[in-house]
Amino acid sequence: MTAEIGHFALVLALLIAVVQVTLPMIGAHRGNAAWMAVAKPAALVQFGLIALSFGCLMQLYVTSDFSVLNVVQNSHTAKPMIYKIAGVWANHEGSLLLWVLILTLFGSAVAAFGANLPPALKARVLSVQAMIAVGFYLFMLLTSNPFERVEVPPINGQDLNPLLQDFGLAIHPPMLYLGYVGFSMAFSFAIAALIEGRVDAAWARWVRPWTLAAWCFLTGGIALGSWWAYYELGWGGWWFWDPVENASFMPWLAGTALLHSSTVVEKRDTLKGWTILLAIVAFSLSLLGTFLVRSGVLTSVHTFATDPARGVFILGLLIVVIGGSLALFAWRAPALVSTGVFQPISREGALLLNNLIMATAAAAVLLGTLYPLLLDAIGGGKISVGAPFFNAVFIPLMMPMIAAMAVGPMLSWKRADLIPALSRLKAAAVVTAAAMFAAWAIMTDGPVMGVIGAGLATWLFAGTLIELAGRIRLFKVPLRESLSRLRRTPRASWGMTIAHLGVAVAITGITGAGSWQVESIQVMKPGDTVTVAGYDFTFDGARAGQGPNYSIISGTFRVSRNGEPVVTLEPEKRIYNVSKRPTTEAGIHTMISGDLYAVIGDKGEDGAYVTRLYFNPLVVWMWAGAIIMVSGGLISLTDRRHRIGAPARRRAQGPASVPQAAAAE
Amino acid sequence: MKRKHKRLTFVVISLALLGAASALIMNAFEDNIVFFHSPTDIIEKKIGEDRRFRLGGLVEEGSVRKAGGAVTIFRVTDLKETIAVSYKGLLPDLFREGQGVVAEGRLKGGIFIADEVLAKHDETYMPPEVAEALKKSGKWQGQDKDKNGASKKSKGAY
Repeated sequence: MTAEIGHFALVLALLIAVVQVTLPMIGAHRGNAAWMAVAKPAALVQFGLIALSFGCLMQLYVTSDFSVLNVVQNSHTAKPMIYKIAGVWANHEGSLLLWVLILTLFGSAVAAFGANLPPALKARVLSVQAMIAVGFYLFMLLTSNPFERVEVPPINGQDLNPLLQDFGLAIHPPMLYLGYVGFSMAFSFAIAALIEGRVDAAWARWVRPWTLAAWCFLTGGIALGSWWAYYELGWGGWWFWDPVENASFMPWLAGTALLHSSTVVEKRDTLKGWTILLAIVAFSLSLLGTFLVRSGVLTSVHTFATDPARGVFILGLLIVVIGGSLALFAWRAPALVSTGVFQPISREGALLLNNLIMATAAAAVLLGTLYPLLLDAIGGGKISVGAPFFNAVFIPLMMPMIAAMAVGPMLSWKRADLIPALSRLKAAAVVTAAAMFAAWAIMTDGPVMGVIGAGLATWLFAGTLIELAGRIRLFKVPLRESLSRLRRTPRASWGMTIAHLGVAVAITGITGAGSWQVESIQVMKPGDTVTVAGYDFTFDGARAGQGPNYSIISGTFRVSRNGEPVVTLEPEKRIYNVSKRPTTEAGIHTMISGDLYAVIGDKGEDGAYVTRLYFNPLVVWMWAGAIIMVSGGLISLTDRRHRIGAPARRRAQGPASVPQAAAAE
Repeated sequence: MKRKHKRLTFVVISLALLGAASALIMNAFEDNIVFFHSPTDIIEKKIGEDRRFRLGGLVEEGSVRKAGGAVTIFRVTDLKETIAVSYKGLLPDLFREGQGVVAEGRLKGGIFIADEVLAKHDETYMPPEVAEALKKSGKWQGQDKDKNGASKKSKGAY
């Protein structure tokens, strides 16, 4: 019965979404307030129905109802409760339900809290949101129904892929989806603005919190995913430029660009068309990400078994959404007139540079990800484009941007002078040179990139601090006044400063782990000692054990440095009882200077084990940097101007005249 | 600057950026694209030793053995031709005899020296390249992941 209720709620939600697409849109066009008002209750009811549907699926998982195919394929009675719950979204059908749950949650949030939005804009935004929802409901009901029953229920399920039975991966998809779907709000606002033919500072302020929230979640989701890959795959790495990783990274690049360009729209009333385009691109790349992960067209470490019918449907959806929105953009964008004048050397010029580089980087990643598909489609042979390609393209693109990132915030709006800004950065240049020399002195044999990375991180960190010091006029005025300026700094500025510092910290980690990693693969017998980066790893043998639903082979490594014991690492190999699949749990000891990382492999004939030992310098800085970036985003989100709502639109027209304004363009 | 000049500046900067990016991409493509070959391809096309490529097929039953020093030797087959592979390191968790595998490296003296063996998250998943290579060699036995991935799962080895 539970499954049928969930299924029925999904069908009802589809019907309500169809109403929400049509009535408010027509109402907004004709200026019919009653029709526009339909959007609010429709969005709320839609969310209620999807929440009910999602609750039903969760109930089926918790009670292990094996008459439902989805539960049979992804659950087992012996699984710990947390992974029964996480199992709901750790599969194709369930993750789509999670996607629409978040979509309708955001839609209902606009409906409930968007009282200060002009009614016509609100109606159109909710209508566009419902269009996206209709696409996903149809996709689920036609190709991926999570509530499908099996004719003969088995006694037990087939268990969840053991790699996914992990806490990091239990919360990774919801985070990532909050990010992906968050961009749907920016998209809906962009489409609504195109239909209205108007983009102004007020519009940018409404869009900004959604973009910011989506960006925070996406940053967190990507960091979580990379952390999971780091400790669970046991390859010693944290980013593989895998198509699925790229799929989440491309919307992040576009979203970061959008975040910066929306500031320009808000402050300077220019870059409007570009911002709208970025909003469309960010969400399109999110959809593409879903397509890449779900359709299995690319060989990837993350790809799951798939059904081609779904791929065709998502491809169709992609064509409609991306093609439709770009066509609308081409038709309506010329109507968006910018009033601000634009000087190349200015804050907005620096933000535009950020945008150009971010967009180029996203395009390069897109090309590298899709090129194998294109070549194969035209019969050019099967190829793969791996990490070396992305490193060779992405890193040189990012270097000038990070260098410019320290300068940009010092430039004033409208018209700025580059010379004073650069002269303020003299101190940063000195510190940077010192850091590069130190990096070269310590790691003389390391790659050049290590020295460059250390320099860029220091430059950005110092430059950002100098900008903050300049803003509060530190040492120029009495300390007391500086502190009071510090207190009065808007939270949005704080957010920028903190996020940029986070980037600097993350670059430090990426540089350390990327350039100076030490790896050692060998066969070890109990009692053997191997020295990695000055740490002596002594293998004490392996023993067998039992986990809740798996058996363990756990190795013991005593690590010491110059005779002083540091830590004992216990990497595991787990064999899951139901699926008999093995997984690797790396033994990791995190220090500020770097991670000690041990993996135990197969046992040889003579009682010796293959082992893989790493020293990953500074790697924890990368995740620390990501956390700092997210906190910067969250602080910016609490800025006063988001809380008290956007200002009224500048032009004197009331909301009722909006349709005429749109028609008159 | 006049408006026209300003616009020109932006166009020039954008074009320069685009040009730089294209140059980077072309250059990176030249060096870093890795082709995929089946064992049959290697024999028929006489692939040389100078280029890295990906080898895909099934791990031949009974062919996996440990050589000293963390080196594993196995054979990859598309059920028509077979290539010996040598790999130093930890094999991925889902590496099994009779399963699909993709290895990256180069040929040396008729042996494929792999420096990377790709793992899959899901055992029922067959890399599309491997599936196609098997189909091409004409020995595909209808183990079609698209249609009966699920049923294979239930009647499989576990």
